[in-house]
Amino acid sequence: MDGLLDIVSWLLLTTGGVFVFIGGVGALRMPNLYTRMHAASITDSIGPILIIAGVMLQAGFTLPIVKLAAILLFLLLTGPTASNALASAALLAGTKPGGSKTPAGED
Amino acid sequence: MLYYAVITALLATMLLALVRAILGPSVYDRVLAVNMIGTKTVLLLAVVSFLYGRPDFLDLALAYALINFIGVLAVLEFFRSRAMREAAEAAEED
Repeated sequence: MDGLLDIVSWLLLTTGGVFVFIGGVGALRMPNLYTRMHAASITDSIGPILIIAGVMLQAGFTLPIVKLAAILLFLLLTGPTASNALASAALLAGTKPGGSKTPAGED
Repeated sequence: MLYYAVITALLATMLLALVRAILGPSVYDRVLAVNMIGTKTVLLLAVVSFLYGRPDFLDLALAYALINFIGVLAVLEFFRSRAMREAAEAAEED
């Protein structure tokens, strides 16, 4: 039981770590604000799902699994909301969604 | 052994987000980076609580998730109202 559970848990944790890291690289290297937000907010949803699912498998049927479920629920509710608020605030302040390059005169 | 790979990935991502927060260029990039660091901190707390076998860390993670969200929204509202005020002042001068 432990062996299989550990393998699945390790797979979930490592895949989540890889996704999270890809999101970090994207947030650092993408050319403008909205593409950075795209990279960060998508991996902010898939990373917690995988990592917390991996940790949940280690928890078993105890109280921590309920807390982990609550954390996951909050992250899934608040992450996209924060991204949406950020995008609308940036758009309202006049940051234009550009092409592949940052528009001339800015930056 | 189980948790070290994901902890390394989370710490590396927080470092990358920190570099983005320092580089800027706009305030919204910094808010984005801070939001990323907050989410990764919650995940790191959840993983660390199982690495050290201390489930009470999960309460900290839960509180941190809520505070992070409220904080980001508050900062955004602050900059949004400032931008709208500046736009109104610029419109009055024209």
